[in-house]
Amino acid sequence: MNEIRAVVRDFILSNCLPGESPENLTDDAALRTSGILDSMTTLKLVSEIEKTEGIEIEAHEVDDENFRSVDDIVAFVERRRAAR
Amino acid sequence: MTRGGRSPDAPHLAAYLEASAARSPDHVAVVGPDGTALTYRELNERAARVAGFLRTAGVARGDRVALLLPKGTSSLTVIFGVLKAGAAYVPIDWSGPVDRNGRILTESGAVAVFADPKPLAALTAGAPATLPRTVVVVGGPPGERTAWDEVLAHAPMAHAPMADAPMTQDGEGMARSAADLAYILFTSGSTGVPKGVTLTHENATSFVDWCSEVFAPTPEDRFSSHAPFHFDLSVLDIYLPLKHGAALFIVSEELGQSPKKLAHFIADHALTVWYSTPSILSLLTQFGGLEALGKNALRLVLFAGEVFPVKHLRKLVQLWPHADYYNLYGPTETNVCTFARIPVPVPEERAEPYPIGPVCAHCEALVLDDEDGREVAPGGEGLLYITGPSVFREYWGRPDLGARCFIERGGKRWYNTGDVVREDAAAGFIYAGRRDRMVKRRGYRIELGEIERGLYTNERVREAAVIAVPEPDLGVKIIAFLSLRPGERASVIEMKQFCARALPSSMSPDVFTFVEAMPRTSTDKTDYQALVRLAGG
Repeated sequence: MNEIRAVVRDFILSNCLPGESPENLTDDAALRTSGILDSMTTLKLVSEIEKTEGIEIEAHEVDDENFRSVDDIVAFVERRRAAR
Repeated sequence: MTRGGRSPDAPHLAAYLEASAARSPDHVAVVGPDGTALTYRELNERAARVAGFLRTAGVARGDRVALLLPKGTSSLTVIFGVLKAGAAYVPIDWSGPVDRNGRILTESGAVAVFADPKPLAALTAGAPATLPRTVVVVGGPPGERTAWDEVLAHAPMAHAPMADAPMTQDGEGMARSAADLAYILFTSGSTGVPKGVTLTHENATSFVDWCSEVFAPTPEDRFSSHAPFHFDLSVLDIYLPLKHGAALFIVSEELGQSPKKLAHFIADHALTVWYSTPSILSLLTQFGGLEALGKNALRLVLFAGEVFPVKHLRKLVQLWPHADYYNLYGPTETNVCTFARIPVPVPEERAEPYPIGPVCAHCEALVLDDEDGREVAPGGEGLLYITGPSVFREYWGRPDLGARCFIERGGKRWYNTGDVVREDAAAGFIYAGRRDRMVKRRGYRIELGEIERGLYTNERVREAAVIAVPEPDLGVKIIAFLSLRPGERASVIEMKQFCARALPSSMSPDVFTFVEAMPRTSTDKTDYQALVRLAGG
């Protein structure tokens, strides 16, 4: 059920933080305000989640609350699953 | 034409708006991101109040007035108010680092600033000494009256100067000259300090008038304004539609980053002319969901600022087959000076990027050998030099920098673009790269030296070296090599966080690599070639 966490973490580590040790990326770390996710990588991540989950994410859902941290992204996806 | 430019016909950016307001006062001039629409009369009158306010505040011809504002109808009104007052505007990236913005305020010697409360608060806290004597707060909590509302409600209107008004008459009779400074655009500087490119009304209008000839806008056109106002693409965005009495649709910074919303914006507003960097068009192609939206009203798609990867361009042309496509080229110092129409559809077998094309009618070009300065044989590579009325005069406050990039030849002053090109008899100029350390990323011009200087402000960093390597999707990938002071440790995340505070977002490196020590050349300089090899390039 929780493979989405691994998908998100793998994406961020390989696309935004190449060379970083996985343990340095905590799941509550701010991603957008800290410059880890920029506008380009955010779009790619959204696209990746859409493919993995088979869902369509609306532009307005990609905000600072839903995409603040790994935890928030996972919670957002789980809410979307529950709503299905 | 009289000396001193008292002719009413002197090319002037404010005159574009005034003429359109006289012709079609009730036509919509601009629609803001919040849906606020201003007619030509409204925009012209509001701008006249801003001009009246500025004169009351003692702002004189040639003074600089800074903007620290999000894009919208207010910031556009400020721009025209400043121009009507005979002053020059200095648009600053309101989301940029406080230190950099404070430095631009100081360097430009701005006597007034129109500011959004948020960046103003950051500046007041971080660099209060840089604030000029006149500060006008624009926008704020709903229902709260700000200085801006007072200006619009009560400032005296300073309209266009009368053709025969004496120069000494206060307010209304301010003289205008095509040689007056219109705006200063600050770009990345190689020593780490942003440099201000000064552009006159003649510089801007010679380019805009060329656009009129080539793109033949009509009052029915609906233009996008995607680029931030501190970016030179905004010159076409703002002045071409307003000169022709067309409508301008301002894309907010937030909307500009969201391809899906942008795709709807283009369709819903039935935009007819689009202008942006290739980066944003690539994003629209990949993530905009254009397939589902069907046919739109675009007749012209213009792009500039960097190389457009052919893969994405081909796809875009397939999705929007009804528009004409143009690749526009030119640094901020010259604005657009070469252009190429893209043949559509883009052939499947085409892999290399399209040429930047022949020189525009208002400019002249020369290709000179970068070692001996002689003209290269046809087809040979060399540095592109440009002359013409759109070429800037100087870097603000830095005559030394300006002198270094001009040469005299045949009685003309030629600007060295620093771009290496070769000329093809049929296709015009083909871009071949740079010999220095400037790169283009998302259309932004970035000096790798400015990133290094930013990294050196981190107290843990002993040495920093930055390189750029080609990358198929991003265009370039920026890699920072760091060696830390003895006993220090830093993670990639910490460096990312540091750069988010210390550098504009377009300059934040994609990759950080920690090394024990920088590789050195035999003359003890940083060996950048070795770093490229280290990066696998």
